Amino acid sequence: MNAQPTEIATYNFAYLDEQTKRMIRRAILKGIAIPGYQVPFASREMPMPYGWGTGGVQVTASIIGPDDVLKVIDQGADDTTNAVSIRAFFKKVANVAVTTETAAATIIQTRHRIPEHPLTARQVLVFQVPIPEPLRFLEPRETETRKMHALEEYGLMHVKLYEDIARHGRIATTYAYPVKVEGRYVMDPSPTPKFDNPKMHRSPALQLFGAGREKRIYAVPPFTDVVSLDFEDHPFEVQTFDQPCALCAAENVYLDEVILDDHGGHMFVCSDTDHCEKRRADPTSPLWGGRAEGAGGGSLATPPTTPTPALRADPPRKGEGKEAE
Amino acid sequence: MYVAVKGGEAAIANAHRLLADRRRGDRSVPALRLDQIVEQLALGVDRVMSEGSLYDRELAALAVVQARGDMIEAIFLVRAYRTTLPRFGYTSPVDTGAMQVERRVSAAYKDLPGGQVLGPTFDYTHRLLDPELAAGADVEAPAQRPVEAEAMPSVSSILAHEGLIEADGDMPLDHVPGDITREPLQFPMARDIRLQALSRGDEGFLLALGYSTQRGYARNHPFAGEVRIGEVELELDIPELPFAVPIGSIRVTECQMVNQFKGSAKAPPQFTRGYGLVFGQSERKAMAMALCDRALRASELGEDVVAAAQDEEFVISHSDNVQATGFVEHLKLPHYVDFQAELDLVRRMRAEYEARESSDTAEEKREAAE
Repeated sequence: MNAQPTEIATYNFAYLDEQTKRMIRRAILKGIAIPGYQVPFASREMPMPYGWGTGGVQVTASIIGPDDVLKVIDQGADDTTNAVSIRAFFKKVANVAVTTETAAATIIQTRHRIPEHPLTARQVLVFQVPIPEPLRFLEPRETETRKMHALEEYGLMHVKLYEDIARHGRIATTYAYPVKVEGRYVMDPSPTPKFDNPKMHRSPALQLFGAGREKRIYAVPPFTDVVSLDFEDHPFEVQTFDQPCALCAAENVYLDEVILDDHGGHMFVCSDTDHCEKRRADPTSPLWGGRAEGAGGGSLATPPTTPTPALRADPPRKGEGKEAE
Repeated sequence: MYVAVKGGEAAIANAHRLLADRRRGDRSVPALRLDQIVEQLALGVDRVMSEGSLYDRELAALAVVQARGDMIEAIFLVRAYRTTLPRFGYTSPVDTGAMQVERRVSAAYKDLPGGQVLGPTFDYTHRLLDPELAAGADVEAPAQRPVEAEAMPSVSSILAHEGLIEADGDMPLDHVPGDITREPLQFPMARDIRLQALSRGDEGFLLALGYSTQRGYARNHPFAGEVRIGEVELELDIPELPFAVPIGSIRVTECQMVNQFKGSAKAPPQFTRGYGLVFGQSERKAMAMALCDRALRASELGEDVVAAAQDEEFVISHSDNVQATGFVEHLKLPHYVDFQAELDLVRRMRAEYEARESSDTAEEKREAAE
């Protein structure tokens, strides 16, 4: 009863107690052994709300060691508030080195993006996952969806994609685009834009997915096949942008649209802030050459066929857009 | 101008500093002490202990202040703390029949062994705002009956011998109760797990669902067989000792709801029961829990599942307010990467739509001209 503030304030390294970490590591190992399979785990309450990355934080807390270097991104950016908050959390409870540099990190926790810079075998990418079940919006019942996975019964998903094509002439899923892992489990890649799906394919980096509220962990081991679902006559396509990044001129990267004024003025800039800053800081950087291939590093799906109609496709005029930093 | 979220760290620190200021409010007003909250906002503290699943009044009171009186935020603070505590063991099952009862009412019987004891209840108060309370008037000492020598038997044990009401039910001897804080939830659930989830479920959510069963969605004709509030003793088996050791007592509210049941292929006509048990004093929660528990036993008793309150996945998946508030409020987090993806799709579809429309219009004009 007489808990002193000092008693309350002492937490284990990386917040979670060692027993909990062991339990989570077991779930991770099982996930790695069965790529794409959602492993139930006894998710803990974390000091940040459910839905704010508790799954990713638990995974990171379980695998992080004192020598790790952590990078946290949200929407591709290191400086979004929640990324700042999670990075500060680990800095505080694990006292680990943190970085914004993709290449320098050993663990990258992410929400909604995969970095543009290719990942390596010594890196782990930890995804924050809100709804781990790719079939959830087709079948709300967990008892049913688990059965469907067990029986490899994915017809419903193909019907959904087909109906998209019948109705809209294309697959109308732009993020959280379902993938098949190692030819067996259909998996939700977390709500990353489908642009990032090809980066997951045969990535040298271990990819771990944590869903805290839904109490699931799943994994894609290094060099595993991750194939976006599609049809022969409607192959999977990623988003393309008509214009390069307005700040660093990068092409074939994912761009955010930034509203500049209330007259419809806007510009497109890199969603991956580290990638963008590196390119601007060092024009001789290898990042300047060719497309950023990201984690997969391998072949990218079909080149752009349909140009994207943008409301305003002209590049920002001088004096418009981001002031020089 | 570029409005991306730069300088997040400083902004967060300043926001939290402002929060601390607003929490303290006018400095000329004395700061709340935890004992004031424990003593004078006791039912709020009870709710935080109950849904926070941690029986500690002082920590719950701290959470209430820290959360500026936001109950769900306070519950969340307590949960995030309790999850870091080591687990020393599990107590023996609590015998609520041996409770030191402060309140006990039965709506099913006019009188029963042990009698009806109103205790500290809002029932039968007239809800008139009390200016004297605002003025801080002195309060009379209570008139209390002497402590009963014998425990009040629970209503279910009084009725059990007639066979008209279902018994407490048995678990296999080797059954180890589950622990929702240590194992992932899996559906369908055993009743012990389900009751744990209901016991820490959101009071408002369970209240609404319980209410819905009374209004005809999975109607199950409830009677409040008994509601009791009081102290129960906790005992722990210590490996070195041949007997269980009392480690303290906690205050709980228990509700035995008795429900008429016409019988089904699986069970004979009888009174069935729903059960509610929560930390502290919260009849509303215990009663709502009992209604939901009974509704959720539909498939066990061979009833058709026709309403939300009977649907285990629906009820249990959405009853936890810490989870619910997190996911609802996470919509505040940036989603612009996904929004961009959707924007792109809608632009394309819109361009196609407009191209189609204009070619249709041109076609119509041409036809009209002919």
